[in-house]
Amino acid sequence: MKADRIYRRRKRNNIIALALGCVAMLTGLFFLFAILFTLIKNGFPALKFSTFTENTPPPGSEGGLLNAIAGSAMMTLMGTLIGTPIGILAGTYLSEYGSGSWLASIIRFVNGVLLSAPSVVIGFFAYSMIVVTSGHFSGWAGTIALAAILVPVVVSSTENMLRLVPNNLREAAAALGAPQWKITVLVTLRAAKAGILTGMLLGVARISGESAPLLFTALNNQFWNVDLSKAMPNLPVTIFQFAMSPYDSWKQLAWAGALIITSAVLILNIIARLLLRRKVAVN
Amino acid sequence: MPLLANSRTKSAAVSLSDDVLDARLRWQKKLDRVFREVTRFFALAVLFVLVTLTVTLAKGAWPALHHFGWKFLVTAEWNPVKESFGALAPICGTLITSFIALLIAVPVSFGIALFLTELSPRFLKGPLGVAIELLAAIPSIIYGMWGLFVFAPFFAKNVEPWLIQNLGPIPIAGELFKGAPMGIGVFTSSVILAVMIIPFISAVMRDVFDIVPSLLKESAYGLGATTWEVMRYIVLPHSKIGVIGGVMLGLGRALGETMAVTFVIGNSHRLTASLLMPGNTISSALANEFTEAVGELYTSSLVSLGLILFFITFVVLSFAKLLLMRLQKQEGTRT
Repeated sequence: MKADRIYRRRKRNNIIALALGCVAMLTGLFFLFAILFTLIKNGFPALKFSTFTENTPPPGSEGGLLNAIAGSAMMTLMGTLIGTPIGILAGTYLSEYGSGSWLASIIRFVNGVLLSAPSVVIGFFAYSMIVVTSGHFSGWAGTIALAAILVPVVVSSTENMLRLVPNNLREAAAALGAPQWKITVLVTLRAAKAGILTGMLLGVARISGESAPLLFTALNNQFWNVDLSKAMPNLPVTIFQFAMSPYDSWKQLAWAGALIITSAVLILNIIARLLLRRKVAVN
Repeated sequence: MPLLANSRTKSAAVSLSDDVLDARLRWQKKLDRVFREVTRFFALAVLFVLVTLTVTLAKGAWPALHHFGWKFLVTAEWNPVKESFGALAPICGTLITSFIALLIAVPVSFGIALFLTELSPRFLKGPLGVAIELLAAIPSIIYGMWGLFVFAPFFAKNVEPWLIQNLGPIPIAGELFKGAPMGIGVFTSSVILAVMIIPFISAVMRDVFDIVPSLLKESAYGLGATTWEVMRYIVLPHSKIGVIGGVMLGLGRALGETMAVTFVIGNSHRLTASLLMPGNTISSALANEFTEAVGELYTSSLVSLGLILFFITFVVLSFAKLLLMRLQKQEGTRT
């Protein structure tokens, strides 16, 4: 009789736990779809042709987001161009030369911390490097801030992907007499190409939505500007300012901008994942 | 190059004199060294970011810390007009919102990891995992907008009145739920933060659950354990270091999250017991005030806030990283 009761209780506990697991999963999915639904519901009606052809308007009038989109694209592009080579080379050092050395262990550790460090604090790095020394906010400061956020992402993905390359490949090349740098550049890095590209795309996705470090580096700009040495208009900060404003037309533009930025980020993420999956399938 | 020869250059290589070969070898060795030093230089750039950040934060924070002393940490007054600043309110706000966010996010993340590793049909495992990871990819301003325009009004209308009515009258604990149902405030921020860190915690949990050897799980199933018992008594003890590491990682994210919180917390430097009232966190204070700060003391006080935030997250993330690194090392020796 007692055994029967224990058995039933265990079974009941099991069902409760599994049901709660399902509820948790549904909660996660609910939030994803609730956010996407809100974005589409508010963003689509606000999205017009003029959103892409006109600059940000003064308070209370109609306009678009052209300058903000262009500024964001420029800073993200420059940040990627600066950050990616640094990240790939540093990741190469950690994987190919540094395994076992204390310096590499420290760098690996610091990189792991910087990877999740608050972006608002990383913004300080660019602020003190550029804004303080030059005396004004600029697109370069924003670019450096974004690059500083991108680097740890690329470093860790490069290192992980290089570690996945089988040692046979390196040994085969070395047996043919290839010098170390050639092995690394022409064999190892090439074998890990897809993985490194994935890491880069995920990094780009991350920095293209960052707003906190831009607040006090690139600031924002109401006007068309592609000069990186001046305050740069950018989409995230524009969304922030417009969404918090009392003007209806600004809020509309904020929703349109939010839809644009989220679509871009999610598409980048999905492309990155597809790339990696194809690569894994080939292996 | 000569040693990596194809058939066309082979004959040429054979006929080369030793001197030329020696010179080529030396040249390649030099290139090797250059390449190695270049990669090391950029690896050091990572350290450079950390060191510069720490030094400039400390330097920028010095005037305020010197002027206010340790009282900076325990004073709640934040008055730009009188130039009197204390960090207590933002520090408390940061710690409280992150703590509540963890309380909500950890069980949900555990449930998601449980579902993904033990319950999900095989064909759903991939897509559902990606869906949760996409939740982490959504930029934080989007969370902020959603929180401000959708979640906060819903919360103010449907949840907060209930909390105020039913939990408010309880002595002592009720103080947490007093006030008007405004929607924005500490509690709302915590919920949004929880949603933001769920993907990070559940991804780590899923990964560490996945590497528990099937042998252990199958033995338990063979003895007649239920799925929940396998989870509770086999998987969880086996992966507890990783789980704690994942939770710490989530905590680190929550502590430093800026824009989403700035949207919904209400940005008030007043310290209140109620979770339904507007508050402040370190990062939202920085986002709101840094570009507008005038005067050395005001700016320096904000930089001090940044230094404190950096210190807290550095400790938490170091802890997480050490735990996860230890786990990786174990994994290495086992295979």
